[in-house]
Amino acid sequence: MQVEFQQIHKQFGPVQALCGIDMRVESGTIHGLVGENGAGKSTLMKILTGYLTKTGGRILLDGVEVDCSDPQTAAAQGIGMLYQEPQDFPSLNVLDNFIVGRDSVAGLDRTAQRQRLGKLAERVHFSLHLSAVLEKLTIGERQQLEFLRLLGRDARVLILDEPTTGISDQQKALLFQALRQIRDEWRTIILVSHKLEEVEALCDRVTILRHGLVTGEAEAPFKVAELLSMMFDKPPSIERTEHDYQPGEEILRFSGVSANGERVGLSDCNVTINRGDIVGLAGLSGSGQGVFLRLAAGLLHARVGDLIFSGAALNRLGHREFREKGGVFLPSDRLHEGLIPGFTLRDHFALASGLSSAAAQQAAEQAIQRFHIRGTPETLAESLSGGNQQRLQLALIQANAQLVLLESPTRGLDVESGQKIWRYLRETFSGRGAIVFSSAELDEILAVANRVLVFFDGRVVRDLRADELDYEHIASAMTGK
Amino acid sequence: MRMQGLKRHLFEIGLILGMVVLFTTLLLSLVGASPLEAFSHLFAGSLGSWAKFSRVLNVWIPLTLCSIGLLYAFRTGLWNIGVEGQVVMGAIGATAVLRLGLEASHPLFYLLAALLMGMAFAALWALFAGWLKVRGGVHEIFAGLGLNFVAMGFVLWVIFGPWKRDGIASMSGTQPFPLELWFPSLPGWRVSPFALGLTLAIILLTAWVLYRSRIGLNLDAVGRNPRAVRLFGLSPSRYMLLAIMVSGALAGLAGGLQVTGIYHRLIPSISSGYGYLGLLVVMLANFRLAPVPFIALFFAALNVGSIQLPMMMQLDSSLAGVIQGACVLSALLVFGLRTLRKRGPSDE
Repeated sequence: MQVEFQQIHKQFGPVQALCGIDMRVESGTIHGLVGENGAGKSTLMKILTGYLTKTGGRILLDGVEVDCSDPQTAAAQGIGMLYQEPQDFPSLNVLDNFIVGRDSVAGLDRTAQRQRLGKLAERVHFSLHLSAVLEKLTIGERQQLEFLRLLGRDARVLILDEPTTGISDQQKALLFQALRQIRDEWRTIILVSHKLEEVEALCDRVTILRHGLVTGEAEAPFKVAELLSMMFDKPPSIERTEHDYQPGEEILRFSGVSANGERVGLSDCNVTINRGDIVGLAGLSGSGQGVFLRLAAGLLHARVGDLIFSGAALNRLGHREFREKGGVFLPSDRLHEGLIPGFTLRDHFALASGLSSAAAQQAAEQAIQRFHIRGTPETLAESLSGGNQQRLQLALIQANAQLVLLESPTRGLDVESGQKIWRYLRETFSGRGAIVFSSAELDEILAVANRVLVFFDGRVVRDLRADELDYEHIASAMTGK
Repeated sequence: MRMQGLKRHLFEIGLILGMVVLFTTLLLSLVGASPLEAFSHLFAGSLGSWAKFSRVLNVWIPLTLCSIGLLYAFRTGLWNIGVEGQVVMGAIGATAVLRLGLEASHPLFYLLAALLMGMAFAALWALFAGWLKVRGGVHEIFAGLGLNFVAMGFVLWVIFGPWKRDGIASMSGTQPFPLELWFPSLPGWRVSPFALGLTLAIILLTAWVLYRSRIGLNLDAVGRNPRAVRLFGLSPSRYMLLAIMVSGALAGLAGGLQVTGIYHRLIPSISSGYGYLGLLVVMLANFRLAPVPFIALFFAALNVGSIQLPMMMQLDSSLAGVIQGACVLSALLVFGLRTLRKRGPSDE
């Protein structure tokens, strides 16, 4: 089915998110939609699926204008979307998840549906246990189920939003194969991504968005430099640090540590972190990096083994003592774990440092200037953008910090803001102590870290120093090879 | 901007009262009573004379103390539903001290000690619910509700057991204390000026603690995001326990004042339902301190005024409860509509 957008506008209050998007997606193609964070990709796709209403413009399917003003109508037109986070029912099993929402009586025939799901899975070479409960499955498997569910509903336009986040390489290969196969069945696929290598591997045509405008289109084969220049105001050059450093004295030591947490926990971890280290924690999301960081921060307790921070056993210390000894932890979920919704910037400074209201006001004003936070001391944390929330977290770090733990520090930020944050972190802390960070982007880890721990299934499977860092090697270790 | 905010508040208050009057009028017409007559009895019975108004103040004091205590717990996100039992425990603690002071020569010392003991008893009772929540993962609503029943059982046991009246034990409570152990009052006053002053002082102190002090900021942060508070080096459980203890202590003070200033003995219904009514006051105040004293006064006036209804109109005095409940429901409706309007329909 051919999808055509004509002059789509979308306004959020005073913000013009989309300023007249024209785009045509032909039947039987995989069409890439790329752009940096905040370019308008998700907004455009949410308009197509009926989750957002457009402020202007028309949507045509096979040349006929359609009304996609709510999700039900859009789904009835054959538009389906695969979200980054699976939209399923984790406590139900695979078959129930496949059946749920079918309102016809025939749809409830379990034997028939079981056969149907089996056939669909076979067609695209997925293998799923029909009686497995979803919360026991990986994100990749849940995504496969969701994909089959969309196929089962005869979705003729399939939208995929960053489909490879948090899934293994094998799952990715299977997904790509399936996508090519259904493209050849004359369905239309729109792939939203910022990973250019995936776009290169998969797409026939690509549209580039920037600041709510179409800045260009291109046909395969693509020239990466050209795409980058259309995506960003200036092509990002990954700042690579000089990796000549001498490890200093020990700051943090894990010896034989095992702990529960997340899905896989952490087993038998032996790692020493020294002054001057900038340690990148690589691994597929949820492979134990989060547990590692929270153990180091005194927020989780080890089941067995010892943690020594700055000469004292962490097992008995809580996060409070960790802070007092110069440790700091910045979680990736800034609003739910790091900041206090309903508190202003000034309140945060008063809370962090015990300052009086007037002194906190001053501290907030200084931080706003120094960290270029877009807000005032009276701005509420939840009305800051993701980047500004992260800058606020950085500004709140106490002056004596010598070990900085960061969980996905640049998640959701554009390249520019990410680089600025790294420049600040390196300048401030690499001389004074150590930085340990996790990231879903291997590029970021390679650009920043002088040492990499690779996590797989709750274990540290590689501990690599500066001169051993190699993309292919790390990537294969992440998938357990 | 401020003026607009004030106007909107007045408009909302008017809207709530309008809905309540409409609802009550409808209800009274249904049972064939004259709404006008009922309202005038409510008014005359509570504000008609100084004697009546001082009776209203006697209800206002414990109700305000319970409500303010609840504000502390709500700040940290806790529902201290156990206020009722904490009032009872406060009354028991106070009675225990007064019994020791029966023959003593410094009655004032025993009166003050009774209040302190009441606060301590109730604070510990509340701490138990908080501890079950923080250490045992028992929801504080269940713990509080359970402890209310235990406290009720306990007060019945002391009245009918160890502290029973000479001769017969009775539902009318323990032997009244001698006049020396009554909180002194002024001629013509039914309300103790000391209790009144203490309550006003607690209101002012609470305003400072909750809105100006560092502890208040920390309590607020715990209520809004306990996970993040840990990263600021604070212990959420410690602040929760502190808040619920303060909550209990104020409820205990209310219980102590009931014994020392109102009933002058321990009775089974010593808490008079102020713990639950306090929840309504706080909800109607939208969890803010400033409206609490006024709403508590309004509710107290309704409670006292409605005593007239059965005698004058053969109506049940539970009409006060109906009006109070209608107030809270209308207020929740109005607050809900306000948030809906603010958020707008097309939000993600």
